[in-house]
Amino acid sequence: MTELSPAIGDQRVALVDLLDRVLAGGVVITGEVTLSIAEVDLVTVSLRALVTSVSALLEDQDDR
Amino acid sequence: MTADGRCVWLYAVTGDGAPAPAGALAGVGAGPVRPLRAAGLAALVGDVDQREFGEAALRRNLEDLGWLEQTARAHHAVIEAAGTRGPVVPLRLATVYRSDAGVLTMLRDYAADFRAALSRLAGCREWGVKAFAAVPDPGPDPGPDPGPAGPPDDREDPASRPGTAYLRRRRAQLTSRTSARQEATAGAQAVHAELSRLSVSARLYPPQAPGLAGQAAPMVLNAAYLVADEQAGEFAAAVTDLAGRHRSVRLGLTGPWPAYSFVGGSDAGGSDTAGERR
Repeated sequence: MTELSPAIGDQRVALVDLLDRVLAGGVVITGEVTLSIAEVDLVTVSLRALVTSVSALLEDQDDR
Repeated sequence: MTADGRCVWLYAVTGDGAPAPAGALAGVGAGPVRPLRAAGLAALVGDVDQREFGEAALRRNLEDLGWLEQTARAHHAVIEAAGTRGPVVPLRLATVYRSDAGVLTMLRDYAADFRAALSRLAGCREWGVKAFAAVPDPGPDPGPDPGPAGPPDDREDPASRPGTAYLRRRRAQLTSRTSARQEATAGAQAVHAELSRLSVSARLYPPQAPGLAGQAAPMVLNAAYLVADEQAGEFAAAVTDLAGRHRSVRLGLTGPWPAYSFVGGSDAGGSDTAGERR
């Protein structure tokens, strides 16, 4: 059976979908003004940490 | 950074005409959200503590999944609330300024780009569509063959021997799994092509790792679509229709989202060449 998730609004968005957007989307201002935090290398490191952490959390459930 | 150890978190840029956010809305670091206005634009900002959001602390905290989730959700909540009142250009998570003055200078410097982006996004929302390979239901494990249950078969066909029959069924399962993956990839391409036609712009994200998306099945499409509001119903109907026509994939629809995926990758507003950044 094909499964189609309903549009959200009444429920929290999935963290993984949110991180796709807030870490890889949105405007990045470059230049002298910011703390230069939104750099790609940093985000990459963070995502790696995320994948590792969440994978560990979900490991048991993956065997369903 | 200001002398009192505060710095300024930037959420989004909106038109100056948009009403100020409700005072009750707590943002990142639980601080109130306030607008900074310049050049016909409003930057939504909040004060955050340098000890938690200064450069060194940010680098450390972004590696902490719990902190990252809390911060991402707070950032998103402010942008989503602002998005209900008009077009917004979201800023990348963790855009932090030393002072209000820096934000105001940035607004003036990039005013034309922000205005172009706001105009392009007006009346549009972002929708997410993910497709997972529909792994065929393997059914009960064939297990050791109990042997013919019906009338005994006189023929000594080797294929009817229990062990051989098991291996044959097992191979058929594996073959069907591989071809299911190929069919799913083709299905995802067809889905993406059709949804792209119904949208203003489309952007592909890398597939999420199995397990991360709460699905053991491999993800074969992770896409965002910028859809005009008057087309949103048609878009959602198309997803349902595609889900029915492409049984090789299971589709999931999320949204509407603020247009995170369609504001370019750099320098205020960016272009509309979605998916072609870097």
